[in-house]
Order: sequence, then structure tokens, then C-alpha cells
Amino acid sequence: MGFNQTKDPSGVTVVQVEGQLIVGNRQELKELVQSALDGGERRILIDFSRTGYIDSSGLGALVSISKRIREMGGELRLSGLNEDLRSLFELTKLDTLFAIAETPQQALASF
Amino acid sequence: MPSPLRLTVRRSPTPDSDGLATLVTLRVPSDVACIEEAVDLVTRHCLAGQRAWERSRFRLQVVLSEALSNAVMRGNCEDCGKWVDVRAELFPDIIRLFVTDEGPGFDPSAVPEPIRPEQLDEAGGRGLYLIRKLVDAVQFNEQGNSICMILRRP
Repeated sequence: MGFNQTKDPSGVTVVQVEGQLIVGNRQELKELVQSALDGGERRILIDFSRTGYIDSSGLGALVSISKRIREMGGELRLSGLNEDLRSLFELTKLDTLFAIAETPQQALASF
Repeated sequence: MPSPLRLTVRRSPTPDSDGLATLVTLRVPSDVACIEEAVDLVTRHCLAGQRAWERSRFRLQVVLSEALSNAVMRGNCEDCGKWVDVRAELFPDIIRLFVTDEGPGFDPSAVPEPIRPEQLDEAGGRGLYLIRKLVDAVQFNEQGNSICMILRRP
């Protein structure tokens, strides 16, 4: 499991979550996003097209990241949630907190 | 380095008198770095050859990860001298998952639901809520250091 960070030609920082987003690696994701913010990035997309499962620690990390990006005047999008992953956001009502797009392409177009 | 996890699997060609077909037990050290491997091992051995249960794989992974995380971090306070025991009992129509830590236990009825609008922005507090939403029944022992999660076959 890990994170793959790239920069889209439009200037959006794209982070792909590969494997799980759980208690064991949530801090790594928070630090990665903080580092991007420190580097001046303000438009960030986290993509879950290659993600297996997320636990509540992972959801909590996304909430923290979202707050941090808002505080810095940035924007966050999520994409690539399959039916199972989306159900976690719906059960916890976090689908109302995040801007969620079906695909990375749609998310990138929404910035 | 060998894995510190201790796994046993018992499969019966025919279910025993209680209907138990497969029993998986796993001892996990109180280290969050072991949780993903523990979830993978238990899920893989529970669902091996069980096509009818395949649709439950995701919720099995999530609730195991949640229960292990609670046990390691809150129950055992990441004390490397303490263990978490997982016991998965596979019956024809249900799976019973027990996760037990060595901590003092807690009162599950005192855990608030985390979905009120003013709480959505909080980073924590969703673990037990997710477990309750994803499984068909949840039970705790009297001490509150052992959770039993019951999944019915889809």
C-alpha cells in the first residue's frame, strides 16, 4: 500500500491511494498533503481508483486534510470511489462534506 | 524477518455438530503496522473457497480493521507486551468474528453517534459506528474488552 503523487498538466496535485487507507498509513497521507501545501499547492485531488478499503482512521485523516486545505485557502476533490467505498462515506454522512467526482477526469475538470 | 502474527486454521470437510465449518484464530501484537496483514490473513482464510461469501469481503475487511485498530490503540494502548486475539468462526449461514484485547474494557453504550452535523468535521469517533452499520449484530462481553461481530450470508 502506498501513495503515488503526480502533478496534472493543469497544475492540480493528484494523490492516488494504492491499497488501503487505514490507521497504519493515514499519517503518511496527511504529511504528504501538508508537504504539498507547504510547497504552495492549493488544488489537490485524492483518487481512490486503486484503493481496497478505508477504515475510520482513514476517513478521519481525510476530514483533517480537508480542514487543513480549507484553512490554507485551497480546494480538495475526491474521485474513483467504487460502490463499497462510497457506502462508507454515505454511512458516515461524509459524502456531504467532500466534493466527490466519479472519475479523476471529472474531478480535475471541476476545479 | 518472520511475521509476528500467529495463525491457526481448522477446516472440517463437513460442519461439526454446532455447524462450525472453519475456525481461524490469529494472535496479533499491539502494533498498528500489523493490522493490514492481520486483516488480509483472516479474510483470506475465512473466504477461501466460499463464493457465497465473496460479496461480504469488503465489510469483513473494514470491520476487522476497525476492531483491531480499537483493540491495539485503545484497548492495549499499543503496549508491545500485550496481544490481540482474533477468532473467526465460519458457519454455513453466518460468520462470527471475535476480537479481544488485554485492556480494561470500555462501555460501548457511552460512545456517541458521529453523524450529527456539528460532529462531521471531527477527525475521530466513527469506528464503532461503522462496525454497527456494516455487520448484522454486535455483542460485547461484560468487561467490554471483547467484541463479537456477526455477519449473515448475503
